[in-house]
Amino acid sequence: MKYLYYPGCSAEATGKAYDASSRAMMDKLGVELVELDDWNCCGATSYFSVRELDSFAIAARNLAIAQEMGDDELCVICNACYTTLAKTNRYMAEDPHVFEAVQGALGAVGRSYDGNVKVRHVVDILINDVGVEAIAERVTRRLTGLRVAPYYGCQFSRPMGSFDDVQVPTTMDRLFEAMGADVIAEFDAKTDCCGGMMMLTREDAALRLCHELLVAARQYRADVIVAACPLCEMNLEGYQPRVNKTYGTDFNIPVMYFTQLAGLALGADPKQLAIDKQVVSCSSVLAAIPA
Amino acid sequence: MTELLTTSQAKELHRTFVEDVMGMPSGEKINICQQCGTCTGSCPTSYLMDYGPREVIAAFRAGMIDRVVKSNTIWLCTSCYYCTVRCPAGIKITDLMYELKRMAIKYDLAPKQSKNPAMTKYFIDSVRKHGRNHEVEMMARFMLLKDWSLPFKFWQLGLRLFTAGRMPLTAKNIRGRDELEKISAYLEAQEAKAQ
Repeated sequence: MKYLYYPGCSAEATGKAYDASSRAMMDKLGVELVELDDWNCCGATSYFSVRELDSFAIAARNLAIAQEMGDDELCVICNACYTTLAKTNRYMAEDPHVFEAVQGALGAVGRSYDGNVKVRHVVDILINDVGVEAIAERVTRRLTGLRVAPYYGCQFSRPMGSFDDVQVPTTMDRLFEAMGADVIAEFDAKTDCCGGMMMLTREDAALRLCHELLVAARQYRADVIVAACPLCEMNLEGYQPRVNKTYGTDFNIPVMYFTQLAGLALGADPKQLAIDKQVVSCSSVLAAIPA
Repeated sequence: MTELLTTSQAKELHRTFVEDVMGMPSGEKINICQQCGTCTGSCPTSYLMDYGPREVIAAFRAGMIDRVVKSNTIWLCTSCYYCTVRCPAGIKITDLMYELKRMAIKYDLAPKQSKNPAMTKYFIDSVRKHGRNHEVEMMARFMLLKDWSLPFKFWQLGLRLFTAGRMPLTAKNIRGRDELEKISAYLEAQEAKAQ
């Protein structure tokens, strides 16, 4: 199997380990990821706040490149990139005005996009293309007894829910169940907001949201929280000391990109998965699962 | 709360809002809002908002959208889309919030104490310059120009991220940087032509 791959801007900075572990995990599954040539930022939530059509058009430049590269699918790892790119497709399909404007803008730079490149979240590919059974067969390091809290975040299946339930997604639960983990299915905070970019602009509001998430994870005795978005991961992991200071708590819960934990189960080298680059040490997770 | 706009300014905001929202896919659904409040109940930050999402629609109906444009409400929306997926009328409330953000930026009406418009600007500046968002550059500008307290609060985290190689100082420039510029210029020209 082979997929065109869109890493997203965070993959080159704070989310480097998400990129590295996605590649290593996919390699273990025999899936080849080919990076999209000269991709640009999807625009995230910022571009939508200035001009909506700009946002669709710059996102569509990536889809146009995918089309030029002769592919009709694009694998995306970041929730925000995923939603922005998929939303571009949807609005181009629903609104002829958007379609025309995007075509015009792309035409101005010698590109065109027909609207037919399917945007796929990496979890979607794992569950629906690779398949849980095939994944389970490849597991070399079962996550037996590990209490995993799957944290999906906002833009995983909201607003579109193309491959999972909009309100109660379960695809990551199924993935880690197949790997032998003790998945916390009742972790009901799994789609609650982490505060996103507000950690820098309204710290009080974002810390409160992170605090609630960490309280829920502890309540369910999670050994590790796994995330599918670089921003969720950063907020939940990097700001634990600030949460502790603000709320008088003592959280020190490992937070991993879900691809790091899945990569471990599939036998990838922890170094390759960049597990040593986490802010909160994951040594307890490594120690808990038999080599 | 905030100083009032003149009637003609308020009317212009109302007209812009109606035009833009009605131009959105399923934008007309705003008319069938029954004020149930599911949006506000689902919103993780409504407790901090001057007007919750339900009140945003109520204010629009009362011809008072100008008050919402100037409020802190829209800058507390994290784009989590809970309101959108739960609205029984199918109103895309997150998109309404984006529309209000655009109006606040365009007419320079965001509350002075809100730091989000600056963050949005630095993000876009970085993308325009490099083709991708250079997180370190965006953060540095934000700290320098908007919030000097951040380096003191987050120096330990910053140091950890830096030593882990998660904060590269140099940006990667894409080859097609000029394409992004041309795309924006084209759309701007189209918008000007339409007006």
